[in-house]
Amino acid sequence: MVKLVAKTPCEGLLPFSYGTVSLSEVTYDSLTSVAPFVGKNKAVADVFKAAGTPMPAVGRATGKDGQRAIWFGRGQILLAGLTEEGLEGLAAVTDQSDAWAVVRLEGENADAILARLVPLDLDKGVFKRGHTARTQVQHMMASITRTGVQTFEIIIMQSMARTLVHEFEIAMKAVAARR
Amino acid sequence: MRITCPICGERDRREFYYQGAAVALDRPAPDAGPQAWDDYVHLRDNPAGRTRDLWFHEMGCGAWIVVERDTVIHEVYSTELAEKAAR
Ligand SMILES: [Zn+2]
Repeated sequence: MVKLVAKTPCEGLLPFSYGTVSLSEVTYDSLTSVAPFVGKNKAVADVFKAAGTPMPAVGRATGKDGQRAIWFGRGQILLAGLTEEGLEGLAAVTDQSDAWAVVRLEGENADAILARLVPLDLDKGVFKRGHTARTQVQHMMASITRTGVQTFEIIIMQSMARTLVHEFEIAMKAVAARR
Repeated sequence: MRITCPICGERDRREFYYQGAAVALDRPAPDAGPQAWDDYVHLRDNPAGRTRDLWFHEMGCGAWIVVERDTVIHEVYSTELAEKAAR
Protein backbone atom coordinates (compact mmCIF):
# COMPACT_ATOMS: atom_id res chain seq x y z
CA MET A 1 0.00 0.00 0.00
CA VAL A 2 1.37 3.41 -0.97
CA LYS A 3 1.75 5.68 2.00
CA LEU A 4 0.38 9.10 1.06
CA VAL A 5 1.81 12.22 2.65
CA ALA A 6 -0.65 14.99 3.47
CA LYS A 7 0.49 18.36 2.15
CA THR A 8 -1.10 21.74 2.75
CA PRO A 9 -1.79 23.95 -0.31
CA CYS A 10 1.05 26.38 0.49
CA GLU A 11 3.53 23.80 1.77
CA GLY A 12 7.10 24.88 0.95
CA LEU A 13 5.89 28.33 -0.15
CA LEU A 14 5.14 30.04 3.18
CA PRO A 15 5.75 31.74 5.54
CA PHE A 16 7.78 34.77 4.53
CA SER A 17 7.91 38.43 5.41
CA TYR A 18 9.06 41.69 3.82
CA GLY A 19 9.32 44.91 5.76
CA THR A 20 6.60 45.03 8.39
CA VAL A 21 4.30 42.42 6.87
CA SER A 22 4.24 38.63 6.94
CA LEU A 23 2.32 36.09 4.92
CA SER A 24 1.62 32.67 6.42
CA GLU A 25 -0.66 29.74 5.77
CA VAL A 26 -3.73 29.06 7.91
CA THR A 27 -4.86 25.46 8.16
CA TYR A 28 -8.40 24.83 9.33
CA ASP A 29 -9.47 21.35 10.40
CA SER A 30 -12.27 21.55 7.85
CA LEU A 31 -13.98 23.93 5.44
CA THR A 32 -17.70 23.45 4.85
CA SER A 33 -20.11 25.52 2.79
CA VAL A 34 -23.65 25.95 4.11
CA ALA A 35 -26.34 27.17 1.69
CA PRO A 36 -29.72 27.51 3.47
CA PHE A 37 -32.69 26.18 1.51
CA VAL A 38 -35.37 28.69 0.48
CA GLY A 39 -37.28 29.80 3.56
CA LYS A 40 -34.88 28.10 5.99
CA ASN A 41 -32.63 31.05 6.80
CA LYS A 42 -34.13 31.58 10.26
CA ALA A 43 -33.94 27.89 11.15
CA VAL A 44 -30.28 27.77 10.07
CA ALA A 45 -29.55 30.90 12.11
CA ASP A 46 -31.07 29.18 15.16
CA VAL A 47 -28.73 26.19 14.67
CA PHE A 48 -25.73 28.53 14.42
CA LYS A 49 -26.81 30.40 17.52
CA ALA A 50 -27.25 27.21 19.55
CA ALA A 51 -23.77 26.07 18.43
CA GLY A 52 -22.26 29.29 19.82
CA THR A 53 -21.21 31.06 16.62
CA PRO A 54 -23.85 33.46 15.28
CA MET A 55 -24.75 33.17 11.60
CA PRO A 56 -22.90 36.02 9.87
CA ALA A 57 -24.87 38.71 8.04
CA VAL A 58 -23.97 39.69 4.49
CA GLY A 59 -20.36 40.92 4.42
CA ARG A 60 -19.59 39.77 7.96
CA ALA A 61 -17.67 36.98 9.68
CA THR A 62 -18.21 35.64 13.19
CA GLY A 63 -16.20 33.35 15.48
CA LYS A 64 -12.53 33.49 16.42
CA ASP A 65 -9.12 32.27 15.28
CA GLY A 66 -9.40 28.66 14.14
CA GLN A 67 -13.21 28.68 14.24
CA ARG A 68 -14.99 31.04 11.91
CA ALA A 69 -18.30 31.39 10.12
CA ILE A 70 -17.69 33.55 7.06
CA TRP A 71 -20.30 35.01 4.69
CA PHE A 72 -19.18 33.45 1.41
CA GLY A 73 -21.48 34.80 -1.28
CA ARG A 74 -25.16 34.97 -2.12
CA GLY A 75 -26.98 32.59 0.21
CA GLN A 76 -23.80 30.90 1.38
CA ILE A 77 -21.77 30.67 4.59
CA LEU A 78 -18.35 29.03 4.92
CA LEU A 79 -17.68 27.19 8.16
CA ALA A 80 -13.94 27.18 8.82
CA GLY A 81 -12.84 24.82 11.58
CA LEU A 82 -16.45 24.43 12.76
CA THR A 83 -18.60 21.31 12.52
CA GLU A 84 -22.06 21.45 10.98
CA GLU A 85 -24.42 19.39 13.10
CA GLY A 86 -28.19 19.81 12.99
CA LEU A 87 -28.49 21.24 9.48
CA GLU A 88 -30.08 18.18 7.82
CA GLY A 89 -33.07 19.30 5.76
CA LEU A 90 -32.28 22.97 6.36
CA ALA A 91 -29.32 23.67 4.09
CA ALA A 92 -27.09 22.23 1.39
CA VAL A 93 -23.90 21.30 3.25
CA THR A 94 -20.75 20.56 1.25
CA ASP A 95 -17.27 19.59 2.37
CA GLN A 96 -14.84 22.08 0.79
CA SER A 97 -11.75 21.22 2.84
CA ASP A 98 -9.67 20.31 -0.22
CA ALA A 99 -10.99 23.15 -2.41
CA TRP A 100 -9.46 26.25 -0.84
CA ALA A 101 -6.16 27.62 0.41
CA VAL A 102 -6.16 30.08 3.31
CA VAL A 103 -3.41 32.61 4.04
CA ARG A 104 -2.96 35.29 6.69
CA LEU A 105 -1.50 38.69 5.85
CA GLU A 106 -0.35 40.44 8.99
CA GLY A 107 1.51 43.57 10.02
CA GLU A 108 1.64 47.33 9.70
CA ASN A 109 0.81 48.34 6.11
CA ALA A 110 -0.99 45.08 5.30
CA ASP A 111 -3.79 47.10 3.73
CA ALA A 112 -1.29 48.91 1.49
CA ILE A 113 -0.32 45.53 0.02
CA LEU A 114 -3.93 44.53 -0.60
CA ALA A 115 -4.54 47.92 -2.23
CA ARG A 116 -2.20 46.79 -5.02
CA LEU A 117 -4.03 43.53 -5.61
CA VAL A 118 -7.72 44.07 -4.84
CA PRO A 119 -10.21 46.43 -6.59
CA LEU A 120 -12.02 47.20 -3.34
CA ASP A 121 -11.55 49.77 -0.57
CA LEU A 122 -10.20 47.79 2.39
CA ASP A 123 -9.21 50.82 4.49
CA LYS A 124 -9.82 50.25 8.20
CA GLY A 125 -12.35 53.07 8.23
CA VAL A 126 -14.77 51.20 5.96
CA PHE A 127 -13.59 47.56 6.12
CA LYS A 128 -13.40 46.82 9.83
CA ARG A 129 -12.57 43.78 11.93
CA GLY A 130 -15.22 41.17 11.25
CA HIS A 131 -15.99 42.52 7.78
CA THR A 132 -15.60 40.16 4.84
CA ALA A 133 -15.96 40.45 1.06
CA ARG A 134 -16.02 38.25 -1.99
CA THR A 135 -13.84 40.00 -4.54
CA GLN A 136 -10.71 39.31 -6.53
CA VAL A 137 -6.96 39.23 -5.87
CA GLN A 138 -5.51 40.13 -9.28
CA HIS A 139 -7.43 37.74 -11.57
CA MET A 140 -8.33 35.20 -8.87
CA MET A 141 -11.68 35.05 -7.09
CA ALA A 142 -11.17 35.36 -3.37
CA SER A 143 -12.74 35.81 0.03
CA ILE A 144 -11.07 38.48 2.19
CA THR A 145 -11.80 38.94 5.91
CA ARG A 146 -10.30 41.48 8.27
CA THR A 147 -9.61 39.47 11.42
CA GLY A 148 -7.60 42.14 13.26
CA VAL A 149 -6.45 45.75 13.10
CA GLN A 150 -3.75 44.82 10.56
CA THR A 151 -4.59 41.17 9.93
CA PHE A 152 -6.45 39.69 6.99
CA GLU A 153 -7.38 36.14 6.06
CA ILE A 154 -7.55 35.51 2.34
CA ILE A 155 -9.19 32.40 0.88
CA ILE A 156 -8.41 31.38 -2.67
CA MET A 157 -9.03 28.29 -4.80
CA GLN A 158 -6.45 25.72 -3.85
CA SER A 159 -5.23 25.27 -7.43
CA MET A 160 -4.15 28.93 -7.44
CA ALA A 161 -2.18 28.85 -4.19
CA ARG A 162 1.22 29.19 -5.86
CA THR A 163 0.05 32.11 -8.01
CA LEU A 164 -1.45 33.82 -4.97
CA VAL A 165 1.81 33.54 -3.05
CA HIS A 166 3.71 34.86 -6.08
CA GLU A 167 1.42 37.90 -6.44
CA PHE A 168 1.72 38.67 -2.73
CA GLU A 169 5.49 38.37 -2.81
CA ILE A 170 5.73 40.98 -5.61
CA ALA A 171 3.36 43.40 -3.83
CA MET A 172 5.02 42.92 -0.43
CA LYS A 173 8.49 43.55 -1.83
CA ALA A 174 7.30 46.69 -3.64
CA VAL A 175 5.60 48.14 -0.55
CA ALA A 176 8.62 47.32 1.65
CA ALA A 177 10.99 48.98 -0.85
CA ARG A 178 9.04 52.24 -0.67
CA ARG A 179 9.16 52.57 3.11
CA MET B 1 -17.36 51.74 -14.95
CA ARG B 2 -18.84 50.82 -11.55
CA ILE B 3 -21.82 48.56 -10.94
CA THR B 4 -23.76 48.42 -7.69
CA CYS B 5 -24.41 44.83 -6.69
CA PRO B 6 -27.65 44.79 -4.62
CA ILE B 7 -25.86 42.45 -2.18
CA CYS B 8 -22.22 43.65 -2.13
CA GLY B 9 -22.55 47.35 -2.94
CA GLU B 10 -20.65 49.38 -5.54
CA ARG B 11 -17.92 47.35 -7.21
CA ASP B 12 -15.42 47.57 -10.02
CA ARG B 13 -16.67 46.44 -13.42
CA ARG B 14 -13.87 43.80 -13.50
CA GLU B 15 -15.73 41.73 -10.92
CA PHE B 16 -18.68 41.23 -13.29
CA TYR B 17 -19.33 39.01 -16.29
CA TYR B 18 -21.63 40.39 -19.00
CA GLN B 19 -24.30 37.99 -20.22
CA GLY B 20 -26.50 40.07 -22.53
CA ALA B 21 -30.00 41.50 -22.86
CA ALA B 22 -32.32 40.81 -19.94
CA VAL B 23 -34.92 39.24 -22.27
CA ALA B 24 -33.80 35.89 -20.83
CA LEU B 25 -36.05 36.70 -17.85
CA ASP B 26 -39.14 36.97 -20.11
CA ARG B 27 -39.46 33.37 -21.20
CA PRO B 28 -42.57 32.79 -23.36
CA ALA B 29 -45.21 30.24 -22.37
CA PRO B 30 -44.49 26.74 -23.73
CA ASP B 31 -47.42 27.08 -26.17
CA ALA B 32 -46.64 30.67 -27.22
CA GLY B 33 -45.85 29.52 -30.75
CA PRO B 34 -42.76 29.40 -32.96
CA GLN B 35 -42.63 33.15 -33.65
CA ALA B 36 -42.51 34.08 -29.95
CA TRP B 37 -39.89 31.42 -29.26
CA ASP B 38 -37.81 32.42 -32.28
CA ASP B 39 -37.82 36.03 -31.02
CA TYR B 40 -36.91 34.92 -27.50
CA VAL B 41 -34.04 32.70 -28.52
CA HIS B 42 -32.54 34.62 -31.44
CA LEU B 43 -33.68 38.24 -31.74
CA ARG B 44 -32.07 41.06 -29.78
CA ASP B 45 -32.38 44.81 -30.05
CA ASN B 46 -29.16 46.78 -30.35
CA PRO B 47 -30.17 50.05 -28.72
CA ALA B 48 -28.19 53.28 -28.71
CA GLY B 49 -29.40 54.45 -25.33
CA ARG B 50 -31.18 52.76 -22.46
CA THR B 51 -30.83 49.00 -22.23
CA ARG B 52 -31.50 46.25 -19.68
CA ASP B 53 -28.70 43.70 -19.35
CA LEU B 54 -27.97 40.67 -17.26
CA TRP B 55 -24.65 40.81 -15.42
CA PHE B 56 -23.15 38.11 -13.21
CA HIS B 57 -21.21 39.10 -10.08
CA GLU B 58 -18.79 36.34 -10.90
CA MET B 59 -15.81 37.42 -8.80
CA GLY B 60 -18.06 38.59 -5.98
CA CYS B 61 -21.15 37.05 -4.41
CA GLY B 62 -22.33 35.09 -7.46
CA ALA B 63 -25.61 37.00 -7.93
CA TRP B 64 -27.27 37.57 -11.31
CA ILE B 65 -28.16 41.24 -11.64
CA VAL B 66 -30.40 43.21 -14.01
CA VAL B 67 -28.56 46.42 -14.88
CA GLU B 68 -30.37 49.28 -16.58
CA ARG B 69 -27.80 51.48 -18.25
CA ASP B 70 -27.16 53.74 -21.22
CA THR B 71 -24.95 52.44 -24.02
CA VAL B 72 -24.23 55.98 -25.27
CA ILE B 73 -23.25 57.84 -22.09
CA HIS B 74 -22.43 54.75 -19.98
CA GLU B 75 -24.57 55.90 -17.07
CA VAL B 76 -25.96 53.12 -14.87
CA TYR B 77 -29.53 53.94 -13.80
CA SER B 78 -30.46 50.99 -11.62
CA THR B 79 -29.53 47.48 -10.57
CA GLU B 80 -31.76 44.72 -9.24
CA LEU B 81 -31.33 41.06 -8.35
CA ALA B 82 -32.53 38.94 -11.29
CA GLU B 83 -34.41 36.67 -8.90
CA LYS B 84 -36.59 39.66 -7.93
CA ALA B 85 -36.94 41.08 -11.44
CA ALA B 86 -38.13 37.71 -12.74
CA ARG B 87 -41.05 37.51 -10.31
ZN1 LIG C 1 -22.35 40.78 -5.27
